[in-house]
Amino acid sequence: MRRVRFRDSLLIFIAAAFLATAGCGGGGSSASATTPTPPTNPGGSPTPNVQAITVNTGPAAGPPTNAPYVDGAFTSVTLCVPGTTTCQTIDGILVDTGSSGLRVLSSALTLSLPQQADSSGDPIVECLPFLDSVTWGPVQTADLTMAGEHAKSLPIQVIGTSSFPAIPSACKNLGPPEEDLSGLATNGILGIGNFAQDCGAACTVTGSSNPGLYYKCPSSGCEVTTESISSQVQNPVALFATDNNGVLIQFPAVSGAEPSVTGSLIFGIGTQSNNGLGGATVYAADPNTGNFTTVFKGVTYQDDAFLDTGSNGFYFLDSSITGIPTCTNFTFWYCPANTLNLSAVNQGTNGAMGTVKFSIGNADTLTANVNDAAVSALGGPSPGLFDWGLPFFFGRSVYVAIEGRSTPGGSGPYYAY
Amino acid sequence: MNRTAIMLGVLLGTIALLISPLSLPASLGSDSASVEADRGKMEGTLQITSNDSYAVHQIQTSTGVAVKEFVSPAGKVFAVAWQGPFHPDLHQLLGAYYDRYVQAVQAQRTKRRGHGPMVIQQPGLIVQISGHSRSFWGRAYVPEMMPAGVHVEELR
Repeated sequence: MRRVRFRDSLLIFIAAAFLATAGCGGGGSSASATTPTPPTNPGGSPTPNVQAITVNTGPAAGPPTNAPYVDGAFTSVTLCVPGTTTCQTIDGILVDTGSSGLRVLSSALTLSLPQQADSSGDPIVECLPFLDSVTWGPVQTADLTMAGEHAKSLPIQVIGTSSFPAIPSACKNLGPPEEDLSGLATNGILGIGNFAQDCGAACTVTGSSNPGLYYKCPSSGCEVTTESISSQVQNPVALFATDNNGVLIQFPAVSGAEPSVTGSLIFGIGTQSNNGLGGATVYAADPNTGNFTTVFKGVTYQDDAFLDTGSNGFYFLDSSITGIPTCTNFTFWYCPANTLNLSAVNQGTNGAMGTVKFSIGNADTLTANVNDAAVSALGGPSPGLFDWGLPFFFGRSVYVAIEGRSTPGGSGPYYAY
Repeated sequence: MNRTAIMLGVLLGTIALLISPLSLPASLGSDSASVEADRGKMEGTLQITSNDSYAVHQIQTSTGVAVKEFVSPAGKVFAVAWQGPFHPDLHQLLGAYYDRYVQAVQAQRTKRRGHGPMVIQQPGLIVQISGHSRSFWGRAYVPEMMPAGVHVEELR
């Protein structure tokens, strides 16, 4: 998918020329670390829409798992049995703009939620592929509350239940399953990305073009089934009555490595006085992939870049191209001798363009103290897609607009910052 | 490497094939015949292009994933790559290497302290996977089997 080098050079030249003259669509905001104004709930606002999110070592830190997270943003969600006041608040939920839908470990869930079933009464179970793993478990329904926002009868995935222990081979063939706290390192995943559902139209069709994310599981065994758009595991924000067109994520700047940092997950874009776009530049994303373009070191990630709170670093290229060595033990992180100050150009599908400055430090040094959960210059190789992970969000206000939803900055999907 | 020559080779070497599925063992590290087993299992269409160093068997799966298998002059699949809204059947694609891949992922989990792109770097097996929901990218190759002069960057 990526263009050849000659083409890259040309693109960079053109980009540089644009930046030097007209400042295409918003200009080259370097967006260096400035602390955003703390969000407020103005008196009389219709719905409290600010949810605290914290970068800390997460629920897997300490015994028995003792896998302290680094650069993960966690929050809590309140779930209720639909239509009742039987509720539970679960904390240690990872905030993830790289997926859509809420997934909760059964070990963290004390409620007994209703199981989703198809028209024949067969229970629906999902296999959702992540990068290097899958989550397997039943689709159940809950009323969700975050801040003052409610998503009624929200289909969610419950991971690691004893109810459906036999994972179909077609699911296991996509990667190893993550079924518990030691594997997932979080009590759940709150997917609030660009998409309104986790699968979309592909899962509604029969035949070989169905990617096989949803199964019906009568006692005789599981087989792939179709799942309507409204029955799929949903981005909860898309189901809110108000403030349902996307989110704004704000974090203060992080200096080096810090034990923790607290930010805000604000629901809605341009729907209340605390979530206006202000001077942010809108980078439209491809409606199929949710990606935009990043140009870095002569390489164009054409429609192959994204912002992802669920990735714990800046991930790009590899040592053979960057010349940055990976760490000896942590081969998934970079370990330069000195902190490197780098820059890349992001480009939306709407032509908006801007330079991003970022730093890559020595991961061995930055993560040496496992109590430091917030690290600003953590990065590693990713020869496929350019993954702007959580450190990108430090010191910024970043907007993630949901597909097809209108906002003052145009329709989603887009990112803005 | 001379890109014009490669492009010319790609143009001249383009053959579209539609063959009925066969049941053969697969894939990374196997004979090129295993590509057909992969195509059958993924219910895709196969297109073969070639240059001086290797042939590329490209499968477009029915779920919209572009899968490439790189075949050496000795007829061995030395690399596979994919991109699309979902993963292809990785057990099929990685073949005998799949179990090693799974073990390596599990071994890396606690060390990793979080989630991010996967990089497995072992003697005899490199696997790199990145992306997010609806946009995945992956590559796996056996360095020892790569024909001389092939750059990893070409394997995508």
